[in-house]
Amino acid sequence: MTDLTNRETIEINVPNISKWEIIRKDVARNKYIYLMLLPVVAYYVIFHYVPLYGAQIAFRNFSPSKGIWGSKWVGFKYFEQFFDSYYFGRLLRNTVLISLYDLIFGFPAPIILALLLNEIKNDIFKRTVQTVTYLPHFISLVVVCGMILDFCSRDGLINNILNYFGIESIPFMIQPQWFRTIYVASNIWQGIGWGSIIYLAALSNIDPQLYEAATIDGAGRFKQALHVTLPGILPTIVIMLILRIGQLLNVGSEKILLLYNPSTYETADVISTFVYRKGILEASYSYSTAVGLFNSLINFALLIVANYVSRQLTETSLW
Amino acid sequence: MHIKKGIGDWVFDIFNLILMVFLMIITLYPFLHVFFASISDPAAVVQHRGLLLKPIGFTTGAYKLVFKNPMIPIGYKNTLIYVTVGTAINIFLTTLGAYGLSRKNVYFKNHIMFLITFTMFFSGGLIPTYLLVKNLGMADTRWALLIPNAISAYNLIIMRTSFEGIPVSLEESAKLDGANDFTVLFKIILPLSMPVVAVMILFYGVNHWNSWFNAMIYLRDRSLFPLQLVLRGILISNSTEAMTAGATTGADIEQVGETVKYATIIVATVPILFVYPFLQKYFVKGVMIGAIKE
Repeated sequence: MTDLTNRETIEINVPNISKWEIIRKDVARNKYIYLMLLPVVAYYVIFHYVPLYGAQIAFRNFSPSKGIWGSKWVGFKYFEQFFDSYYFGRLLRNTVLISLYDLIFGFPAPIILALLLNEIKNDIFKRTVQTVTYLPHFISLVVVCGMILDFCSRDGLINNILNYFGIESIPFMIQPQWFRTIYVASNIWQGIGWGSIIYLAALSNIDPQLYEAATIDGAGRFKQALHVTLPGILPTIVIMLILRIGQLLNVGSEKILLLYNPSTYETADVISTFVYRKGILEASYSYSTAVGLFNSLINFALLIVANYVSRQLTETSLW
Repeated sequence: MHIKKGIGDWVFDIFNLILMVFLMIITLYPFLHVFFASISDPAAVVQHRGLLLKPIGFTTGAYKLVFKNPMIPIGYKNTLIYVTVGTAINIFLTTLGAYGLSRKNVYFKNHIMFLITFTMFFSGGLIPTYLLVKNLGMADTRWALLIPNAISAYNLIIMRTSFEGIPVSLEESAKLDGANDFTVLFKIILPLSMPVVAVMILFYGVNHWNSWFNAMIYLRDRSLFPLQLVLRGILISNSTEAMTAGATTGADIEQVGETVKYATIIVATVPILFVYPFLQKYFVKGVMIGAIKE
């Protein structure tokens, strides 16, 4: 053995030994902490990382009897099958459009409500409005969707009102063109009050001196709202927006599953509901996993882009 | 500092007031409508056109039918189990995780934190999770609704942030007296963190109360169904069938069916409406804690 190799092993091993030493001492000192973290880490490994590992069945011709390793590797076959299928365009369009409408109309609604609530000087009235508008958040999704289906049915409440004004009944839940409107509007109905809490919290943190200074400078209420209030809650708005964009393709599949039916698939069927039908109902495991993986990847990419853009523009970011 | 109100201010205030009152009406009216309809005469409800501003006639027939349905008490009982046992598991594991990850000088803390936060943004998806739960033999057992969602990363982070805010000196002096980490957690940290624990109980509890999707994909045995899945059968599946089949068959049955639905909604929401005023402040607090984290 030459001198040279000897020195090499020493140079590589010395930091390693001390690192292991640090870890050994750390584990000895924090043994109870690691004992506590053990079930938590085990939970995450089993229920989050094993499925992540299992997602490779998207690239295999998976059958449950053969297991993951026994199933043949097929590469991007299922992805190609999905991209070439009739459903790809429809699902992508529906997913993006429902998300986008929900973002455009649903995202500003709680901000506007918070700003309007902020202008109410009577505390009791303000708190009453808050209590009432938070309420729908606590009603379970199944019940809310049950109410939507009932109110929008051919002889339901909404058509009753329309008839009263001399308008013909519209079968809302079986005409595809109404689905997105109903979805977005009911989301706002259920979430506007609850969503405003976080902005009201941000509003209460704005320094009152800023308002005093603005008043001395002759700013009226509208100008104060524009130049003091809005900039004050902007970081909160940006963070909420990034999180929202990261979820852009994660349309609430549970709500759609409760509201749609075959006659509205044309506008209502999104990627996640399609994954449910293909995977759980039809047991096309590999194909549906590939579709789901595609969805996850797009979401992840959108989150990274949104975070990057926001960091460049506003210096607010998740990481 | 008081500034004289101009005309514009008055106009705005009145406009704002009207808007807020309108918002309250459209929030509350649907519930009132359901309630009035549930105690009205079924035939009259179907005939009625326009808004329902008071019950038409009075009957408790729909409620009698609801309570005759054996699935309602079964659903309530199961939901009670899922909410209590599920939330207990959630709180136990979240507390352990939050404590370990809020301590200083833990070598693998950041690694574990990354492991956890990564799952918030990227997951294997529905199907691999479904296959895993089936392979573990949890399908068609209560475990399928209790274990796979045992920890929410978001809640864990909220709790960790709250634990980090507790002065280290308390922990240090206890350790000098020979306390180990379990003693520190259960005797010092937790008693000081009751508000955040309350918030966590509510967040997790409401999640279990509302959840139906996992029950739908994992459970076949109807005696294990939570209330929400039972409700889905009554409110969603039936109504879509009736809609697509057309309204010509069995008009009488359908009329009763309508008011039974309304009564079911009331029976399923009244417990929440009763506790809501008491819980509201905790929920608001929870959202605030979540916001500070950013």
